[in-house]
Order: sequence, then structure tokens, then C-alpha cells
Amino acid sequence: MTVPILKQGDVLIASIQAALSDRDLAALRDELADRVGRLRIRGVVVDVTALDVLDSFASRTIRGIAYITKLRGADTVVVGIQPEVAFAMVQLGLTLDGVTTALDLEEGLEALRSLRSRTDHLGAR
Amino acid sequence: MAPGDARVLIATDADVVAARQKGREIASARGFSATDQTLIATAISEVARNIVTYAGTGRIDVSPIDDHGRAGILVIASDEGPGIPDTALAMRDGYSTANSLGLGLPGAKRLMDEFEIVSTVGGGTTVTMRKWVR
Repeated sequence: MTVPILKQGDVLIASIQAALSDRDLAALRDELADRVGRLRIRGVVVDVTALDVLDSFASRTIRGIAYITKLRGADTVVVGIQPEVAFAMVQLGLTLDGVTTALDLEEGLEALRSLRSRTDHLGAR
Repeated sequence: MAPGDARVLIATDADVVAARQKGREIASARGFSATDQTLIATAISEVARNIVTYAGTGRIDVSPIDDHGRAGILVIASDEGPGIPDTALAMRDGYSTANSLGLGLPGAKRLMDEFEIVSTVGGGTTVTMRKWVR
């Protein structure tokens, strides 16, 4: 199961369509890390709406995507964590420390814009 | 196995997904809420991954259970892997030997109502978990 990655300007949108195995998730992480550099990407949205489980491995890998892309110069926003999934993550003791999240794709793109304007503002000083 | 029971053989990360999907299916048929189905599926995911990571192969058995009219689900994860020398230590948050977060077993315990682990070094590990419909 490969995850389709859409490019829109300097933003990548990875829409997870169905349940992913550990290997699929790791492949997505590596693919995003590669494309961020190759395509000079500034923002990434990972849409996890279709995921019915985010266990310890999945949470760690998604956090990895956010950290790795950050080191490559792009912000990542995770969107679409379902309410039941969020509840299970809290029970499990999982956090997405330092990762920006948003309700859906639209809010995610908005969050990227505001992250960018903050970065640009800091850079201009 | 009784009717309604399901067994998923675990050998690869794809089997982890299959096991949690089977667990969710049975939990749904039992009348668990959407939230509880997710908790059960997540707990199964953690114990199934432990099998792949530490034992290589094993199995997940999921069965509908009843206790004085109360509906529930029983999940047994078993393997013949190397076993865990100190199960009390393995149940502590943050403990891990395979570079995971170490949240797998204690996390699964928090997601379920009942949880027990029996492990023999060289003889394998069996995790038994139950959850009851609220």
C-alpha cells in the first residue's frame, strides 16, 4: 500500500487512504524526506483521516516525519486524527510532542501558512 | 476453537494489521462502542507487534466471551519466542529492549480491562487480555 503524495506549489500532501503496515509507514517517511529536498518543499501535510489505529509505532513514525522534514527545511502538519484514535493515543500514553496538528486538510494548509509567515518574519529581522 | 473465534497467525507487519482488523470486527459484532473497538484494535496492534519484533512468529486468538450475561472479548497473544526474563520490568512504562518506545505492553494493559502476561525464558510468552462491553 503506497500513499499518494500530491505536490501543490512548494507543499506536499500525503493522503493515507487505508490501514498501513509498519513498513508502509516507514516507506512514506523516507519518501517524504527525499522529496522535501529534491522538490524544494516548504510544507508537508500528512492526512491520517483514514487511519483507524495510531499505535506506538505509527505515532513514532509520524513524529519522525515531522522532525526529519523540519531538519530539511519544511514544516509538517498532521491532520485528521479521529476522535477515537486520539482517545486511544492518550490512554496508551502517546504524544506528538512538537508536531503541529489540525482538524482537516483545509485547517492544515492554513496552519502551514501561519507557520511560514512566522518563519519568514523571524528570518527578516 | 468455538464458533465465532478467530486466529490470526503473526509473522510480518502486515499480519499485525490483519490481527487488529479481525479484533475490531469481532468487537463490533459484540456490541462494543466505536471508541472501545479502537482501544481493542490498538491493544492488539501493540501485542502483535511485540510478537513480530521479539519472537518472529506467533498467533493472536480473539474470542467472544460472556460472564453472567456481560458480553466481552478475549484476546490471547502467544508465541514460542525467547521469552521475557523479567515481566514486571517489561510492564514498566518506557522499558524496551528493541528500540521501541517501550509503551507496548503497559500501553495495551491500559487499553483493556484485564491483562496478564506469562513468560518463560526459552519457552515463549502468552499475553491474555479481556475487555467488557460497558
